[in-house]
Amino acid sequence: MIVFENVSKTYETGTPALNGINLRIEKGEFVFIVGNSGSGKSTLIKLLLKELEPSSGRIYVNNKQLNRMRRRQIPKYRRGLGVVFQDFRLLKDRNVYENIAFAQRVIGTPARIIRRQVPAMLSLVGLAEKYKSYPKQLSGGEQQRVALARALVNNPAILLADEPTGNLDPKNSWEIMRLLEEINKRGTTVLVVTHNQEIVDAMKKRVITMHKGLITSDEKKSGYRQ
Amino acid sequence: MRFNTIIYCLKQGIKNIFRNKLFSLASISTMAACIFLFGLFYSIVMNIQYMIDEAQDAICVTVFFEPGTSETRISVIGEQIALRPEVASVEYTSADEAWESFKEVYFEGNEEYARAFMGDNPLANHSSYAIYMKDASLQENLVEYLETIPDIRKINKSDLTANSFADFGILVGYVSGAIILILLAVAVFLISNTVSVGITVRREEISIMKLIGATDFFVKAPFLVEGILIGLLGAAIPLAVIYYLYGNVVGYILDKFSILNSIMVFLPVEQVFHSLLPVGLVLGVGIGFLGSSATTRKHLRV
Repeated sequence: MIVFENVSKTYETGTPALNGINLRIEKGEFVFIVGNSGSGKSTLIKLLLKELEPSSGRIYVNNKQLNRMRRRQIPKYRRGLGVVFQDFRLLKDRNVYENIAFAQRVIGTPARIIRRQVPAMLSLVGLAEKYKSYPKQLSGGEQQRVALARALVNNPAILLADEPTGNLDPKNSWEIMRLLEEINKRGTTVLVVTHNQEIVDAMKKRVITMHKGLITSDEKKSGYRQ
Repeated sequence: MRFNTIIYCLKQGIKNIFRNKLFSLASISTMAACIFLFGLFYSIVMNIQYMIDEAQDAICVTVFFEPGTSETRISVIGEQIALRPEVASVEYTSADEAWESFKEVYFEGNEEYARAFMGDNPLANHSSYAIYMKDASLQENLVEYLETIPDIRKINKSDLTANSFADFGILVGYVSGAIILILLAVAVFLISNTVSVGITVRREEISIMKLIGATDFFVKAPFLVEGILIGLLGAAIPLAVIYYLYGNVVGYILDKFSILNSIMVFLPVEQVFHSLLPVGLVLGVGIGFLGSSATTRKHLRV
């Protein structure tokens, strides 16, 4: 499903971020990507989102080579990905319902489908009662759940979560991780970039450890390694 | 594109205008000022052109013939002149008609003096053609041609009037064109600036839209709608003002300066707006589209 073949990325400033990465993630897997700051984790996510282009090597997602993808094909490709960030990135001037519906409006989903799917997604993340609330009226955990609902509402095949618990307390962090696990059980491939050692150790998933742009370990049912 | 997507983009475009109220107001005001001046110059140019056309219609070249030129020869010359590209129409005045016309004016009230000429036409060699041109500026060409015809004795022309009208029309056209171009450039700049501020304010939203999979067009459309609406409003308001003012101003001029009645003929407002309304609106919408389109292209690379 996701394949990195000898992928390197050096920024225009000359800073190397990835150095000949080889990686294969199968459909339906739950994978943690861990490592120190500057290890290349976020670059990897940005390459998958087509926010960045690799300096060399090839990336395949669902058998499509990203390097060969034309500009006008990028929106359609991104619709197959869900993405969650550490800082939630919700629209502050819109309520919970509108934030989730926004993801569907953007891709031209008919209004009747939006009216059906948004409440269902709110129930999934446990925020059905708060659909009228604005982001500033929600706790960090609730905001991240809204972000998660927004990422999932278009039923993506792959969910990319970049430090999803970075701004949350342990209780809310676990709630988010349980949700991610639930989503993974429904068939969505989940990639989580994190620093949270306790969660990684407890969940016993595949863990890819990165250091200075290289994969230093890749183990199934593993824990956090420095 | 789905109908609800179009509605969404329209709504967002309208919301954008209200989100940046001050900038939108500044853009609409500047646009309105530009289109107002444009409308003003347009009306003036149209009226001047109309007056020039009216005056040009009255300008003609008159040719007289050598004594003894036969009527047949005069008729052939008339046909030759009528075929010239500069010529709109040719009117023949025979010697008898010329004398009758002269008598009416010169002996008015003293008709008995005219009887002294009974049977004798003092203007016997004054049959003539009055030649009306399509454009007063073509007079020189026509006169050059007429001078080559051997049986023509005299050519009466009005150089000064013809050239002055043509030159004045061109001058007014150039000056107003230059002013309008400068104003329109300012309007494009201001609309671009407003849209640019809107994009900055909504940068977060735009980046989320892109990551979710919005197409370039979906991201740009609300800003294009915003620019077009600003242009449309900025054009509609001054056009309505000009429509209202035009009749009043023309009425005032003719009322206060009644001497002008004989030399100035103004176009009715409906005739001016027949072309000014579509031109003004298209200009407003076009500038709005240009300003917003250039800005979105610059700032919204996915």
